[in-house]
Formats: sequence, structure tokens, C-alpha cells
Amino acid sequence: MKARNALERVMQSLFFCCGAVSVAAVVLITLYMIISGLPAIRQIGLTDFLFGQVWKSTAKEPLFGILPFLLTSLYGTLGAIIIGVPIGLMMAVFLSKIASPRVAAAVRPAVELLAGIPSVVYGFVGMIVLVPAVMDLFGLKSGTTLFTAILVLAVMILPSIVSVSETALSAVPREYEEASIAMGATWIETIFKVSIPAARSGIAAGVVLGVGRAIGEAMAVMMVSGNVANMPELFTSVRFLTTAIASEMSYASGLQKQALFSIGLVLFVFIMIINLILNAFLKRGDRK
Amino acid sequence: MNQKLPARRECYNIAARLLIYGCAAITVLLLVALIAYIFARGLGHVTWQLLSTQRSVLKGTIGILPNILFTLYTVFTALAVVLPLGIGAAIYLNEYASSRRLVRLIEGATETLTAIPSIIYGLVGMLFFCQKLGLQSSVLAGSLTLAVMILPTIMRTTQEALKTVPDSYREAAIGLGATKWYTIRTIVMPCTLDGIVGGAILAIGRIVGESAALLFTAGTGYVLVTNYLEALQTSGGTLSVMLYVYVSENGEFDIGFAIAAILMILVLVINLAARLAKKTLKRIG
Repeated sequence: MKARNALERVMQSLFFCCGAVSVAAVVLITLYMIISGLPAIRQIGLTDFLFGQVWKSTAKEPLFGILPFLLTSLYGTLGAIIIGVPIGLMMAVFLSKIASPRVAAAVRPAVELLAGIPSVVYGFVGMIVLVPAVMDLFGLKSGTTLFTAILVLAVMILPSIVSVSETALSAVPREYEEASIAMGATWIETIFKVSIPAARSGIAAGVVLGVGRAIGEAMAVMMVSGNVANMPELFTSVRFLTTAIASEMSYASGLQKQALFSIGLVLFVFIMIINLILNAFLKRGDRK
Repeated sequence: MNQKLPARRECYNIAARLLIYGCAAITVLLLVALIAYIFARGLGHVTWQLLSTQRSVLKGTIGILPNILFTLYTVFTALAVVLPLGIGAAIYLNEYASSRRLVRLIEGATETLTAIPSIIYGLVGMLFFCQKLGLQSSVLAGSLTLAVMILPTIMRTTQEALKTVPDSYREAAIGLGATKWYTIRTIVMPCTLDGIVGGAILAIGRIVGESAALLFTAGTGYVLVTNYLEALQTSGGTLSVMLYVYVSENGEFDIGFAIAAILMILVLVINLAARLAKKTLKRIG
């Protein structure tokens, strides 16, 4: 009996340790980001760092202004949302409200497959297909632009938006829709005027999730955005927060390297804020 | 519907319906076009020489055998670390934990891990595993970084599977005098097999596709190492990482398409396997 109890207690503490790992990981990541990110910000100065318009990390008198990266990440994410959300939402409507169960079951794996494709593959195909297409279509000198990156990001965030919105739409109580039909609305009108408004907090969660994906994506945008530290315009080569880290990390040293960690910290703060917003939306959805 | 709708509403209905079908068609066509394009450009370059040799600067040939092996090593190592941890954590949350605040804390932390982008994992992995623990740029460091990254996937799928096991099973076992651990080991766990296998397959998909988190933790090595323990300590690029390296740094587009085609096949197989696992194991369980 004693041996059995001992084994019980050992197993329980073992499982507790496993559970503690994720908490420990979050604490560790947060600490490392803050500790490694703060020194450069302190040395450069917070305003010069965040609002400096010029990034010249390898010049004799280096300048570390990340405003171009910040704005690029914001514009890029915004653009991806503007293109990706309507398409994703309509796809979710199709899967949950329009398609017969059989068609939906055949189409849904396509969305899952889109989610499973590695980001480097998106980046590569974007680089080979979209970059020359954008160049020809708009008569530019180079097709590696913010616009190209936005297109790639829009495709990459589709699956998150579709799956979260679909779940939200499917959870709309059937009575709401039946009531609307009984009042003489058509099925399409019901979807747009009853189902979508009723599912809005779930859809919003999908959008926020997409924002998180878009802002954190590195490799795909690195391959199509040209990777030049310009202030962002739709048809210039740009550099995102994520790609700023990835492109210089392999050879950086000293203050330059510390500045890259600071960019990481800024990105981390962004993601944490987005995560808080996401949780707020999800909670509101639960309460309903 | 006997009455005809007013023209304005009729137009609205048709337009909205077109919009929905159009968007659904775009999504599906996009996927089909993507797959077809990659296969058309890539499959022709998947040669035996590419698959069975390593890169030779002397001969100027490129082979990806080492990178296939590194991918396998990384998948194996990351899973070996994350499966016990993730399953253990899920068991704790679902079977043992009595404090609701603690459960909320752990679940909150897990959600946060899901939200963190892979480039941040790469940075912290580099600082912690490569530098602090002195592992350098190695398959082991990369695998450990990925293990933390996919921990939430394993935890969530296992937890969902655990929730589907009826409480009456547990009560019956406890009632017969079984201890909690014995109940979990012999009654609860076998019922969750489908969820765990499904989660593991999803995790494999993420490992195979990951690049940003591996670039600075596992590096871009392409020298053949057949000994597993030795490989753990060497820098090794997985297929995804090498796709980036060959395309962006060397401009080897044909090799890029070949690797992309291989990755697409893997993604298709992994998706199919996850589906099958869900179906067949459910019956056995």
C-alpha cells in the first residue's frame, strides 16, 4: 500500500512538472526578450529607436531608427487584413451556411492544406510568380514591394480567418435564423443580417488571430518584399520587423545585434497586446 | 417561395450569392493552382542524384540527402521531448489539477506560447539553448526550440481527447480499487490514442514546415552525418530551411522547386495521415 501511495505521489508531481513547463517557457521567453532587448534601446534612446526614420546599422556612424519597419509591419498587416478578411469570411459563410455537408467536407481539407503549406514555399512561389507579375502589371523597376508581401500575407492568414469564423458562424443558434426566415427574409439576407452580426465576436477573434499571424510572419515576406529599409510605400521595397531581425542576425555583432534583439522586444510587445485583445474577444464570445 | 422578390432584393441576393461562391472558388483554385504549379516545376528536378547525395562544391552538384536526414532527426528529437511533456501536462490539467487558478494560469501560458511568432522562438532559442546551455547551432538546439513551440499543439489535442473519455470509466476503475495513476495508464490513456496520434501528426507538419525558428538555432549545415548522436551536435538545415538558403542565397531555383515539391508531398501525406488517424484509431479506441 505504501509503495502504491509513493508511486501515486511521484506521478502526480511528475505531471505537475510537465504542466509547469509552459508557464516556465513563457516566463523565460519574456525575461530573455526584455533582458536582451533593453540595453540597445537604452543606449539609442527610446524615441530615437522607435521614431527614427533611418536604419543604417553598418554605417560608420550607425543609425538605428525602426520607424520604417514598424510602419511596414502595420501597413502590411492592415493590407493583408483588408484583402484576406472578406475572402476568408465569405469562404466561412460558404462552408457553414451554403454548401451541403458533402461539399463542405470536400472543400474544408483545402483550407487545412493551405494552413499546412510551409511559409518558405509561399515565399518562394510568391518570389517566382507574384514578383514578376507585380513588376509587369504596374510597370515597376522591381516587383519586390510591400504590395507583393501583402498579397502573400493575405493568402497565409486565410486559413486562420476561415476556421475561426466558421466555428463562430456554426455556433449561431438556429432559432435566430429560423425567426428571420419566418419574417420573410431570404436565406442570403438572413446570413448577412442575422448570422454574421450574431457571430461577430468570433469573427473578430479570427481577424485578430490573422493579425497576429501576419505581424509575426518572417520568411515568406522576406523573400518577396525586397528587404530594403525604406519608409513604406505600396510599391517600394520594404523591410518588416520580423525580416529586419532575420536578415541581419547572421552577421550582426555589438550594438547592431543588441538593436536586433530590441526589434524582437518590440515585436514581442505587439504580439502580447494582440493576444490580450484576442482573449477579450474570445471571452466575450463565451459569455453569449 | 411563391411571391417574386422586389428587384432590389433580388439583385442583392444574387450579388451576395455570387460573392460567396466567388470567394470560395478563389480559395480552392488558389490551392489547386499552387499545388499544380509546384509539382509541374519541381517534380522533374527530383532526381535520384538529388535525393541520394550530399552537396559537393568540387563537382558543383547539389544533393539533399543530409537535409532529409536532418529533417527526420529534428522531427524525431522534438517529438521525443515534447510528447511526454505535452501529454503529461494535459494529464495534469485534466486529471489531477484541483486549483482552478493554477489551471487558468497554465492554460493562459499555453495560449501565449501559441501566439508567439517563430522568429521570437528562434531568437530565444539561440540565446538560451545555443549560448546559455552551450549547445551551439545544432540539431539538438533546434529540436528543443521546436519542442517548446509545438508544446501547445500536443497539450491541446491531448486535452481534447482526455475530455472525451467518460467520467464513468474513471469512476468504475477507482471503484474497483485501482489507483489514480493505474486508472490513467490502463483505462484513460488507451481511449485517447487517436487524439494523441492526431496531435503528433499535426506537430510533425509544423516541424517540417518551420524555418524561421530553425535558421539561428539549428543552422544551415549540409554535410552528411549518419550517426544520430553525432548529428544532434552538428549544425543541420531541414528541408524548409534549405529551400530558403538555396533560393535566396544561391539562386538555385530548380533545386528550390524540387524541395518545394517534396515539401508539398509531405504536407499532403501528413494531412491525409492525420485524417486517417482520426478515423481508424477512433474505432480501435
